Amino acid sequence: MKLRARHIATVLGAVIVGGTLVVAIIAPLLAPHDPFAQDLMRRLVPPEWLGGTALNPFGTDQLGRDYLSRLIYGARISMLIGILTVVTSGTIGVTLGVLGGYFGGRVDDAVMFAITARLSIPLILVALTVVALTGSSLTVVVLTLGLLLWDRFAVVARTTTMQVRNLDYIAAARAAGASRLHILLREVLPNIVSHLLVVATLEMALAILLEAALSFLGLGVPPPLPSWGLMIAEGKDYMFFSPWVIMVPGIALFVLVLGINLLGDGLRELLGAGRSQ
Amino acid sequence: MLRFLLRRLALAVLVCLTVLVVSFTLTRLSGDIAIAIAGPNATPEDVEIIRKNYGFDRPLPVQFVDWATHAAEGDLGRSYVYKSSVAELIGERLPITLTLGLTGLIIALGTAIPLGVLAAMREGTLIDRGIGLLALLGQAMPSFWLGLVLIIWFGLKLQWLPISGVDTWQGYILPGIVLAFSAIPALMRLTRAGMIDALASDYIRTARAKGLSLATIVLKHALRNAAMPVVSIAAVQLGFMLGGSIVIEQIFALHGVGYLAWESISKNDFPVVQAVVLLLAIIYIALTLLADAMNAVLDPRLRAA
Repeated sequence: MKLRARHIATVLGAVIVGGTLVVAIIAPLLAPHDPFAQDLMRRLVPPEWLGGTALNPFGTDQLGRDYLSRLIYGARISMLIGILTVVTSGTIGVTLGVLGGYFGGRVDDAVMFAITARLSIPLILVALTVVALTGSSLTVVVLTLGLLLWDRFAVVARTTTMQVRNLDYIAAARAAGASRLHILLREVLPNIVSHLLVVATLEMALAILLEAALSFLGLGVPPPLPSWGLMIAEGKDYMFFSPWVIMVPGIALFVLVLGINLLGDGLRELLGAGRSQ
Repeated sequence: MLRFLLRRLALAVLVCLTVLVVSFTLTRLSGDIAIAIAGPNATPEDVEIIRKNYGFDRPLPVQFVDWATHAAEGDLGRSYVYKSSVAELIGERLPITLTLGLTGLIIALGTAIPLGVLAAMREGTLIDRGIGLLALLGQAMPSFWLGLVLIIWFGLKLQWLPISGVDTWQGYILPGIVLAFSAIPALMRLTRAGMIDALASDYIRTARAKGLSLATIVLKHALRNAAMPVVSIAAVQLGFMLGGSIVIEQIFALHGVGYLAWESISKNDFPVVQAVVLLLAIIYIALTLLADAMNAVLDPRLRAA
């Protein structure tokens, strides 16, 4: 019974994440309108279920742009940010963590110091400052988040590497004369990758939420790109009379992050990664 | 224990120095800082004057040492926008942010601990799973969006609570709830795990055998042990919450340090930005140090080391 509930949750998470990914990839085929096309005669039209028309099923925004189309293209931005940030931060964090965990001693001290220093730096404030100073663009947001969100990767990679480094197969590889690089890439990495996958889901969810928050504050993805956070920011002034302008992108964001977390929890169970945080 | 704490203290000082370097480099990212201050309508002569006046014509290491030594003495420079001392500006607004952070922490602990205890006592039941689901939902909630939704519901539809400013103490409730939300899932899971371990331990069995009431067992014996890691993580969470308050102060128009930082970022007021980064980092470092010290005092295994 308990197992079944878990399975349903994992499948639900996979469906949400997979579905969003498909929507993001084939956005041009799905979107009924151009997400950038303004129609000033049709501004803030409510969604169909609130008395709107089938022409704009999710209504229109304050510039008369089709909300459903913007939502669909917004999935692209969230997924792109999530995946690219995880690749960047994962590369940094795993490299540091594996080196610290495998070599120990001074190397490990340096890695631990880097992690401590990173954690003490206020995340949102520094991200906002960097984006403000270098100009907001998708690339800047990805790089900034990638350079900031590696700490959990490093912590988990370090701990798990320490657990495997003294196991027999590593000693065997060493005895067989394998190079250090070979041992790290071929022996250590494959054996800690399940733990890292779980961290990747956590960080992807965090990156998507942070991008939305940065865009909401006006220092993330620049307009007129349809980032969900930006849509919430743009709708904020109208939310008292048309609450759906913030509800639609907000719920999309909530469901995607929930899906990623469900998938992560499922992976943790499935791969037996245990409590890796 | 003393050796452990000294080591931690030395590490904290090193981290502080690193943060000094980071917060200084951060504001030099824009390339020419003088042009940014002068604004779009300035002539090259204006820019030159600003460069001289603010000392930007000196080599970067000299500027850094100058700034860092002043910062160490508590002089954080003057705001370009307000023309007053940065330390004063921050001092005026810090109470709002600290009150907000503590309100958030109290709400977070007040929600997370009872829910975690309940889940542990009913482990495996529908209640436990329901609470777990609640944590999962809370984790996925974008805090700025939750803030807006609460403003619409409680502030406008029900008109129970003020939605902006802190003229009365009620002004802290909604932003406090939003801030607490980010910390609740983690604290709750930690409480639940700690309680499950504690309830299964020998001293609880002894307490049960002595015929103590359930309330005494749970509150006096199990919770006391389970709460230790929760409290030390809560200290660290408070540090994250103060950093996250930048978004929440913006939504609820609370003129605290976060709001000041956001304003300064958009106005290129670098001395203020640098100082707030430094301040938040030092608060965080102090809180983790406090958490470690607490652990060292409470945990006999560390005490011996």
